[in-house]
Amino acid sequence: MGARAVPAGEDPIRPDAAGTVTIRVDGLEVSGIDGQSIAGVLMASDRLELRRTARGDRPRGVFCGIGVCFDCIVEVNGVHDVRACQRRAHDGDTVITTGDGARRSGAVS
Amino acid sequence: MRQRAVVIGAGIVGSAAARSLAKAGLDVVVVDRSAPASGTTAHGEGNLLVSDKAPGPELVMALAAAAAWPGLVRELEDELGEEFPPLEFEAKGGLVVATTEQGAGPLLAFASRQRAAGVDAREITVEDALRLEPDLNPAITAAVHYPQDSQVQPVAVSEALLASARRHGATVMATTGIVGPILGGSGELVGVRTDRGELRADAVVVAAGPWSGEVARTLGVSVPVRPRRGMVLVTSRMPRRIFHKVYDADYVGAVGSDDASLQTSSVVEATESGNVLIGSSRQQLGFDDRLRVDTISAIATKALRLFPFLSEQPVIRTYGGFRPYMPDHLPLVGPDHRLAGLWHATGHEGAGIGLAPVTGDLLAAMITGTEPLFDPAPYAPSRPSLAPYLEAVA
Amino acid sequence: MRQVVIVGAGPAGLAAARAARGAGADVVLLDSSDALGGQFWRHLPESRPSQHEKRLHHGWDRFRELRDSLEADPRVRIVRGGQVWAIETFAGVAVHVVVGESDGALRDREVFAPDALVLATGAHDRTLPFPGWDLPGVFTGGAAQALAKGERIAVGQRVIVAGAGPFLLPVAQSLASTGSTVLAVLEANSAGSIIRGWSRRPWELIPASGKGMELVGYAAGQLRHRIPYRTGRAVVAAHGTDRVESVTVAALNADWSPIPGSEQRVEVDAVCVSHGFTPRLELAVAAGCDLSGEGFVVVDDDQLTSTPGVYAAGEITGIGGVDLAIAEGEIAGRHAGGALGGAASARRRRRVFTGFAKRIEAAHGIKPGWTGWLTEPTIVCRCEEVTCGAIRQAARTTRSESLRSLKLTTRAGLGICQGRMCGRTVEDLLGAASTEGSLQDDASPHRRPIAFPLRLGELADPTRQLEHETSKGTQ
Repeated sequence: MGARAVPAGEDPIRPDAAGTVTIRVDGLEVSGIDGQSIAGVLMASDRLELRRTARGDRPRGVFCGIGVCFDCIVEVNGVHDVRACQRRAHDGDTVITTGDGARRSGAVS
Repeated sequence: MRQRAVVIGAGIVGSAAARSLAKAGLDVVVVDRSAPASGTTAHGEGNLLVSDKAPGPELVMALAAAAAWPGLVRELEDELGEEFPPLEFEAKGGLVVATTEQGAGPLLAFASRQRAAGVDAREITVEDALRLEPDLNPAITAAVHYPQDSQVQPVAVSEALLASARRHGATVMATTGIVGPILGGSGELVGVRTDRGELRADAVVVAAGPWSGEVARTLGVSVPVRPRRGMVLVTSRMPRRIFHKVYDADYVGAVGSDDASLQTSSVVEATESGNVLIGSSRQQLGFDDRLRVDTISAIATKALRLFPFLSEQPVIRTYGGFRPYMPDHLPLVGPDHRLAGLWHATGHEGAGIGLAPVTGDLLAAMITGTEPLFDPAPYAPSRPSLAPYLEAVA
Repeated sequence: MRQVVIVGAGPAGLAAARAARGAGADVVLLDSSDALGGQFWRHLPESRPSQHEKRLHHGWDRFRELRDSLEADPRVRIVRGGQVWAIETFAGVAVHVVVGESDGALRDREVFAPDALVLATGAHDRTLPFPGWDLPGVFTGGAAQALAKGERIAVGQRVIVAGAGPFLLPVAQSLASTGSTVLAVLEANSAGSIIRGWSRRPWELIPASGKGMELVGYAAGQLRHRIPYRTGRAVVAAHGTDRVESVTVAALNADWSPIPGSEQRVEVDAVCVSHGFTPRLELAVAAGCDLSGEGFVVVDDDQLTSTPGVYAAGEITGIGGVDLAIAEGEIAGRHAGGALGGAASARRRRRVFTGFAKRIEAAHGIKPGWTGWLTEPTIVCRCEEVTCGAIRQAARTTRSESLRSLKLTTRAGLGICQGRMCGRTVEDLLGAASTEGSLQDDASPHRRPIAFPLRLGELADPTRQLEHETSKGTQ
C-alpha cells in the first residue's frame, strides 16, 4: 500500500512503452521509466522518505512536487541540494538521500 | 524630576543608548518611524571586529567593545531568560589573509601597528593558517590571526538591548515619525514633535543610522552622514567547514576608502545554522536598493578565491544594508555644538553592531555627567576633521 | 527587430508568445522546466508518449496547437531549463538566466535585455500548516497532480483531499485516474458560504459557461468515481512515524476553527492538501512592479504593470484559472509585441472570467480560525524547522511586531525555499497577534532579489574576475 506507478494494464491513458533507467540510491540499484524524475523513480516503489532533517531528524519527502518547497533535496552525482522532483533520472545517476545540507556529515547536532 | 531622553531610532545603536540611559536613571522614550531592529541592524553580518581597524580613536572604541561584549551577553541572557531568542555570540576569531605577493607586506605591517596599539594580532605561517582553516586556498601568501574578533546575531542582540531598556523603564513608540523640533526660550532643543504628538526631553538623541542626516535636518541642523551600501550573500546550509571570520586583506583598504565606486573584498564565515555568509561590497549609491548583479558576482568571485570548495554551494539569499558613512571615517557620538539639547549616536559605518554598546555607555556618561570609559573628544560633532563637511552640507 | 522575453510557458505564457509573434516581434520563451505547458498542462515526457493524454487535461488540444506552432516558428526561441534568477532594472530590464539541467552545478548564464518582458510565472499551492504536515505522504494538491499527469504515479491508495477551493476537484480526479481511492474531498468552507460566494450575481456566470463546463466536468468525474464531497471539514492533523498513517478530520465553524469533539481518525496512506494559491511574485517584485492590497501584480487594461515595458499575465495578476490566463496572455503578448489596441475577443473573455477570481475568493477564501488547529510544536517553517511555539515565544519575549526582525530572530522563512512555503503564514500569524492588527514594517514576503538559488560558482563570473584583478593593479 502507498505510492506506486500506475500499472500499464490499468492505465486509462495507456502510455506507450518506454525504456528503463537504472540509478543507484544510497548504494542500491533502483529502476524506473525513462523520463521519470528521481522522486518519481523512488515513489514508484513506494519509497517516500528522501532525507532526514538537520535539527529534528524528521523524515521528509516530496511535498509540493513542483520545485517550490525544496523538501525533496538529495545529492546527485556528488552535487547536493538537487530537487528530486525536478531532476530527471539518468541512467547511472548516483543519489544519496541521507540528509539535507547541514546534516551531510553530522555538522548540526 | 527625572531627566528625560528621547532616542530617535530603535536599531542597535538607539537600543543600546536607550538601555544605557535607562540604567543611568533617565526616563527614556525610543521612537522609530518603522519597527525596531529592521533597518541597518537587520541587514548586516553581526561583526564585532578589531581586525579591520587601524590604530586611532575607532580602534580605542573597538577594543573597549571587544572587552565588554562577553559580559554584556551574559548580562542580557541572565536578565531576559531562556525563552528569549538566542544572541548567538561566538568568539570565533578572525583570520585575515593576503592572496597576492604584493599584499603580504602591507598586511603584516598593518598588523604590527595594531599590535603596538594593543590588538591581539598574531602573525602566523601559511601552514598554521591551513591548520585553522583546512579548506582555505593554500595559495595565500600571509596570514594574521585575530582572536578578539567575534560575532553576534545583530537583530536578536538589538531586540535584547531594547527589551532590557524596557525592563529599566524605557518606552518604545514604533511607526512614529519625527515632524520637527520643540525649541526653548534661548533656541535650545527641549523636545520633538512627532506624528503622534509632542515629546518633551532634556536630551534628544539621534541614532537613526544612515537616516540620521534626514532626522537632524528635520530638527534644524546638518550632519554629513551618508548611506554606503554593503551586500552580503547567504548560502544554503552545509556541514561546518569554515571556523573563523576569514577575510582577504583588501577589506582593510576598503573600509577606510573614500572611493564611491564598487569595492569588494571577501569576508567568509559560517554561522551556527550552517549557512555561510559572504560579504561584502561597499558602494555609494544613495538609498538605491536595487539588485546589482555585477556587485554580487564580484563578491562570489572573490569568495571562491579564498574557499574554492564553495563553488557548488547554492546562494539562496542576498541582502543589502545601508551603513552610516562619515566623510572622516569616525563615529559621531556626543552633543551637537550648534543646538543645545541635541545629541548624536551614529556614523559607525559597518562597525555599528560591535560598537553599539560602548557608544550607548559613552553617551549616557556624557549626558549624566559621569566619567566616560574613554575620551569622547575624537567622536564629537565639533571635532576639527568634520568641520569642512559640516559647512559643506549647511 | 523588437524582442519580447516571456517568463513562464504555462497557459498565459504560451498565449503571450503567440500573440507577441502575431504582433511581429521576436520571442524568447523561458521556462525552468524542460517541457512546455506549465503546471496546468503538465504532461508525460516525450520518451513516453500517450495517444490518450487528452483525458487528463482541460484544453489539451489548445495546448498542442499552441506548442506546435511555437516550436515550428523560427522566430521563437524556446529556452528549456532556463531558470530566471534575477531581474535588474537599470535603463530597461535585464533578465538573468541560468540554463541547464535543474539544480545543475555548471549551467550557462545568459542575460536578456528585451524591448518588453511578459511575466507569466503562475502560482503554487498555498498550504496552511497543521500538526504532522511535514510527514512524507502529506502532499500539496499540486504534487498529486504533477505526479499523476507528468509521471503516472499515484501518491497513495487511500487518499483524502482537503483544503479549500475548486482546485480540490481536479486533484481528486487526477488521483482517481491513477487508480487511487479518494476517501473524500473535504472543503473547509461551509456549503452556505460556498453557495453565497459563487452565486452573488448568478447571471454573470452565464457567459463563462466554458469555465462552468470545466467545473461541471470535474464534478461529474467525482460522481463517476463516487467521491464524497464534504464541506465544513478539514484535515487538522496527520499522524505516523516515518510516513503518514492516519489523519484527524474535524468539523469546522464558519471561521475554520475546529469544533471540539468532532475529531475523527481516518486511516490513509496519503493526504493532499491545498488551501488556495500563492502567486509567484518574486520576479514581478524584482522588476519593480506595484502589487495590490490583495497581493497581486497591478496591471492596466493592456496588462502593463507599473514598470514600463513589463507586462504580467495569468495567476500573478489574480487567481482566475486557465481561460483568464490565456486571455490575459493574449493581451499582454500583443502589446508587448508592439501592437496598439485590438485583442477585442481576449478583452471580452478577460471581462467574463475575471468575475470568477472574485467568486473563488468569496466562496473558498481562508478564514482566520485555522490557527485553532495549530499546536505549539507544529512546524511552521519547514526548511528551518521553526515551530509555531518558537515564533509566538519570540514575538512575546521581544514584543516585536516586525516581520523582518521576527524572521531573523526565529529563522522562519530563512531556509532554502526562501520563505515560499511559510512566508504568508508567518505574516498572517504575527499580523493577527500584533497590537494594531498589522505588522509595523514593510518587509515583503515576496522580495527575493536572488529569485532562485544558483551555485556560487555560477554566480562568480570568470571574465569579471579578470577585469577585477586588472583594475586592482592600477589602484
